Parts: sequence; C-alpha cells; structure tokens
Amino acid sequence: MEIQTFSYDNKIVKKFVVATMLWGIVGTLVGLLLAFLFIFPKFTEGISWLSFGRLRPLHTNAVIFAFVGNAIFAGVYYSLQRLLKARMFSDFLSNVNFWGWQLIIVAAAISLPLGFTSSKEYAELEWPIDIAIVLIWVAFGINMIGTILRRREQHLYVAIWFYIATFVTVALLHIFNSFELPVSFMKSYSVYAGVQDALVQWWYGHNAVAFFLTTPFLGIMYYFVPKAADRPVYSYKLSIVHFWSLIFIYIWAGPHHLLYTALPDWAQNLGVVFSIMLIAPSWGGMINGLLTLRGVWDKVRVDPVLKFMVVAITGYGMATFEGPMLSIKSINAIAHYTDWIIAHVHVGALAWNGFMTFGMLYWMVPRLAKTKLFSIKLANFHFWIGTLGIVMYTLPMYVAGFLQASMWKEFSPDGTLVYGNFLETVTQIMPMYWMRAIGGSLYIVGMLIGVYNIVVTMVNGSVIEDESVQAPALQKVRKTRLAGETFHGWLERKPVKLTILAIVAVLIGGIVQIVPTLLIKSNIPTITSVKPYTPLELEGRDLYIREGCVSCHSQMIRPFRSEVARFGDYSKAGEYVYDHPFLWGSKRTGPDLHRVGGKYNDNWHFNHLYDPQITSPNSIMPSYKWIIKNRLNTDYLQKKMSVMATLGVPYTAEDIQNANENLRAQAEQIEKNLHADPDFVASYEAEKKYDQENNLEFVPMSQREVVALIAYLQRLGTDIKVETIINEPKQ
Amino acid sequence: MSVIYLLISVSLLVAMVFLVLFIISVRNGQYDDTYTPSVRMLFEEEEKTNQEKNN
Repeated sequence: MEIQTFSYDNKIVKKFVVATMLWGIVGTLVGLLLAFLFIFPKFTEGISWLSFGRLRPLHTNAVIFAFVGNAIFAGVYYSLQRLLKARMFSDFLSNVNFWGWQLIIVAAAISLPLGFTSSKEYAELEWPIDIAIVLIWVAFGINMIGTILRRREQHLYVAIWFYIATFVTVALLHIFNSFELPVSFMKSYSVYAGVQDALVQWWYGHNAVAFFLTTPFLGIMYYFVPKAADRPVYSYKLSIVHFWSLIFIYIWAGPHHLLYTALPDWAQNLGVVFSIMLIAPSWGGMINGLLTLRGVWDKVRVDPVLKFMVVAITGYGMATFEGPMLSIKSINAIAHYTDWIIAHVHVGALAWNGFMTFGMLYWMVPRLAKTKLFSIKLANFHFWIGTLGIVMYTLPMYVAGFLQASMWKEFSPDGTLVYGNFLETVTQIMPMYWMRAIGGSLYIVGMLIGVYNIVVTMVNGSVIEDESVQAPALQKVRKTRLAGETFHGWLERKPVKLTILAIVAVLIGGIVQIVPTLLIKSNIPTITSVKPYTPLELEGRDLYIREGCVSCHSQMIRPFRSEVARFGDYSKAGEYVYDHPFLWGSKRTGPDLHRVGGKYNDNWHFNHLYDPQITSPNSIMPSYKWIIKNRLNTDYLQKKMSVMATLGVPYTAEDIQNANENLRAQAEQIEKNLHADPDFVASYEAEKKYDQENNLEFVPMSQREVVALIAYLQRLGTDIKVETIINEPKQ
Repeated sequence: MSVIYLLISVSLLVAMVFLVLFIISVRNGQYDDTYTPSVRMLFEEEEKTNQEKNN
C-alpha cells in the first residue's frame, strides 16, 4: 500500500478561530447594549444607527452568522481534514471562504445599523449581500465536497454527514427565502406577500436554527467530545440513526412559529406534529453525547473542556425538549410574543453554541499551537461565571414571559381586561430585564477571559503551521468491476456527482414550475375592501422596515378573546395580500399594531415618535427624533410602485404616473391635521424662524419622513371595517 | 397559499436528496461496521519522522 505524505491546513483553522473570538465579543456586546436599552431607553437617544430596532438584527446576525458561523468553519476545517485524512481541497477556496465571509459580516455590520434591511428575521441582509452569501457558501461547499472526493479514508464519519447536510440545506433555504425584487442598490421587496411570505420566512427561520445552529454543531459534538474524552462515542449506530432521522424531520417544523396566526390550520398542525416528533432524534443525540462520557466523568471534574461540553449538550437537551413543548398550541398561546422565547433561544445560543464553541477552542488551540492551555484556572473561572450568566439570563426571562402573558390574558369579573394598558405589563417585568442584563454581563466577562486565555495560549505556543502527516492512499475500485458498467452504475458510485446532478435536475424542474405560480394570483381569500397602500403609506411602510419597528411590535392579532379585547378584531390572511414583505413580527415588547390605524390622532403619533414618554410615561420605546427632522426621500417612489406592480400589487400605470402628486396631497392633509395642536404649531413656527435666521434649509412638515410613517400607521388594519370575504381570486 | 407547494417540493427535494445519499451510503457499505469508525477517529495520523529519510 502506498503511503502518502501530505499536510493539514492549520493556518486556515487559526484564522477562523481568531474571527470566532472577535465576532463573539462584538455580537454579545451589541446584545448587552440592547439589554441595557430595555432599562435605559434613552441611552443612545437621537443616534439613529444605535437605536434598538436597527441594532437588534445586528446582534442576531453577528451571533448566528459571525460568531457561530466562524466557529462552524473552524470546527469543520479542523475535523474534516483529520477525519478524511486529506488536506482541504483548495487553499484558494479556503481563503475565499474566510475572507469572503468576513467581508459579508463587515457589510452586515455597516448596512444593518444604517437601516438597510429586508426585515425578515435572520435574513435581514439586502440583496447584494444575499448574493455574496450564496457565492461564499458555494465556495465552502465545493471545498468540502472536493476534500471528501480526495479522502484517504473510505468511511465517512458521522460528523461529516452533519456537515454535508448543513451545506446542502442552508444553501437551499437561503436561496428560496431570499427571492426578492430589487428596487435600488440596497432596497428590495420580497417576491412573496403576507401569509406566503410568513410561511417561507419561518420555514427558513426554523431551519436556520436547525441547519446552521444545530447540525454543524452536532457534527462538532461528534468529533470533539470523543476526542476530548478520549473515548469513542457512546453508540455509533445511534449517531447514524440520529443523523438520518433528524434531517428527515427537521425541515417540516417551521410552521410552529405561526401558530394561531392567519396561516391555514392544516399547515399549522403539520408543523406541530413534526415539531413534537423532533424530540426523539434530538434527545437521541443529546443522550449519545452525554453517555460518551460514561466511565470518564472523573475527567469532567478536572478538564474545563469537558465541563463546557457537558453544559453545552445539556443546554441542547433542554432547548430541544422545550422546542417541541412550545410547539404545542396551548403552550404556544402563552409563550409566543413574550420573553419566554428570548429565554429559549438564549439557552440554545449561550449554552449549546457558545459553550460548545469555547469547549472546542480550549481543546483545539493548544493542539494547534503545540502547547498547553495558558491557564486551567481561568478556563474554570470562565466556565463557572458563564454558567451562572446563562442561569441569570434565562431564568428571569422565563419568569418575565410567563408573567407578562398571564397579565395580557387576565380578565376582571366584569369582562374587561385587568391590565388594559399594555404598558403596565411592561413596567411589571423591568426587574427581570435588569437581571437579564446582569446575567448577560457575567457571560461576557467569562467570554473576555476565555478570549484572553486562548490568545495568550496562541502567543506562547509555537507559530501555527501546516501539520505534516502520512496516511495510506485510498484503494481504488478494481478495473474488473468497471468493465461493462453502465452510465448509471458509474454514477451510483459517485455519490457527490449524483447529488449535484439530482439537485440541479430537480431545481430546474422546480423553478420552472413554481416561480410563475408565485407571481400570479394566489388562492388566499381576498377581501374586497383591502386596497394597496397609497404612495405615502408605502414610503411610511419602508420607514417602518428601516427602523426595525417589527423587532418589538407584531402585526398579527391572534383569535383570542384577550387579544381581540385589547387590540381589536383578529387578523385575517386576506388583509396581508399586498404586504411585501410581511411584518407580523415575533415579539411584543410593545403592543400589537395591526389595528392601530385610527386609534389615536396624528398629533399623538407625532408626539409619541418624538418622545414616547410624553404620551406614555415609563414607556421603554426609543425616541425617533431623526424621523421628525429628516426629509422623505421619494426618489424611488415610482420604481417601488412598479416593482410592487410586477409582484402582483394592482397599481395601475396611472397610479404610478400620479404617485408624487398623490403623495403630496396626502402629506399636506396630514400636516394640516397636525396643526390642530397649538403646541405643535408653536414649536413648528419656532423651528421655521430659527432655520430662517440661521440660513438653514427648512423642510416643510409635509415633506418629512414622520408624515409618511404616520400615514402608514393610521392605515394599519383599517381596511376591513366592513367585512366581505370573497373566496374566489379577484381579477 | 400556493407557496406551500414550493416549500413542500423543496423540502421533499431535500428529503429525497438525503434518501438517495442514504441508500447509496448503505449500499457502499458505509454502515456495515458501526463500531470501529468511532474508535478509529480517536487516533491521529503519525507525524512525519526520520523514517522517511531512511527509506
């Protein structure tokens, strides 16, 4: 047998390790800032790019795609080479993967705070960045599959299957959820509308959790836990069953994010059934991970690496027990829109992803640098303060979620809501927000110590270089077997080529069939009185998207007595047919806004946006002073409307032609309405005078952003005062 | 709700891709041995030593 000498690429692993730590700190610090904005809403007052709605997607994207993403690449690039006994397929592609991914992160870190967002959760990045993600992800995939093809080990260890599933599925999810029609360089509209957009988004959103935060980390678990424990995995057979059952079930669970919404019941129930089934493979994997430590639990006592991994796997177990439970409709009715979900995701992110990442780094970095970990004591300290941080973060959030949901649903004997003012249910949970911020701070302190420990280990160790190794070549299939082989026989022996060809084949078929149906009328019951947004409302809606209002306000009233009594008539699918993208939201830090139109006068909205605490004392909403001042940019108005028309919104050529006049007329009416308030008139005149005296450009109120936003808010939910639902699609 | 056909077909596509992969991997004997791979992964390949020069 021929012995081949080759080397493992350790430098690329090192790069990803450094990036993991850097973005980990950035992502969690942004999270901490957000936690403090709950307590001190005026902390970043007046700075648009530091407002809650714009930073929230930055936090989630930084943690998921920057921190966990780089950790995935570090883990994959380290373990894949060793499991396959082969160097990465192409050093060039490795570097394209690394630098491309970092550029995407930087683009996200700049564009999100500036308000460039698609508003779809965990898919907020605008279309040019979406395309870049596809390219870099494909580079990663080619690199991985190329390495698999050049392997020197016949058997594909289970971790590799998890990596393959990650690549294939994330690519598909990302592409299908990101179908959007560009308006300009950094603005686009989702091709799906309303209910359909919601369904696609949460099909994606749930599977982002499944195939970005879970499957790659299970691969990492199956490689690094046995390595760190120096024990084979408890049951290799179970790991295989775990993999195949998990990936077959996971992709159907998405609709559990939309229980009790306007999504059709059968789709909701499909999601529930698969979500509950998911507990079996998830716990199979969790048990398999923990039982790997059978007989070596004494090592857990002394080795911080295993401690991190044990808490990580336990966190996985808790989160995957809770997930199916939260998918049960009666539990979801309580937990949805509350901080319970925030607790749930942070058990996953802080324990499963965060601790598994640091367990991996503490094990891997000393080996890369051919040295010992700088300080076991510091690692232990990191472990304990981090664990304490997780507990202090999540427990108060569970209490907050349950408490707030109970308050939302409480009726007095006379049939009125006990806490009719939404704000009362917010001020009640402020102590829990304090504890969350403290818990998060503890976690970050631990993380900073961990990063220090790992960086010192790297500096003290030898320079991380390629690692030279020897392994026998993989034996080729004998010639005799190849004789007389048909094309398909050959193809079957090439699993990778077969996969690619199959994907291409089915994708072409799928796109040809499906995309046209998306662009024509759907069979959602349309409501005659539901009309497209006026030009001014459309611009206002884009401001709502830009400012990330959807982070804290839902637009989906569930058919519960408590919600109908609080917010108004429950939401119907037909009301959203012109919503590209949908804005249902997933969290109610503030009240639902679907029926806010007409509830308050224009002046109330104006004052509320200027300073929410004028109209609602103790409100934790940030002020939006820049919206009051900024001139509304209508340069793309007609383009926006024609893009909407392409997507099936019935704007006529005339509508588009007269868009600017219509916008002006509606805006001037709102300015007139605002003049009803003498305080407004006084300050407006004062401002005009000040600008004239100082030779500043004065923007009339009707040309400012706030007017558009008010127009949109006043429109919300007002279309169906008179309800006539017609079942056949209207032409 | 026409989009559900898209999602179901894409989901089925993913499932089918993995089903095909599963059948291929079973037929290729990937799962004939469900024990030794778990032990084999624990061993690292030896680093290049002086032996090579002697050869």
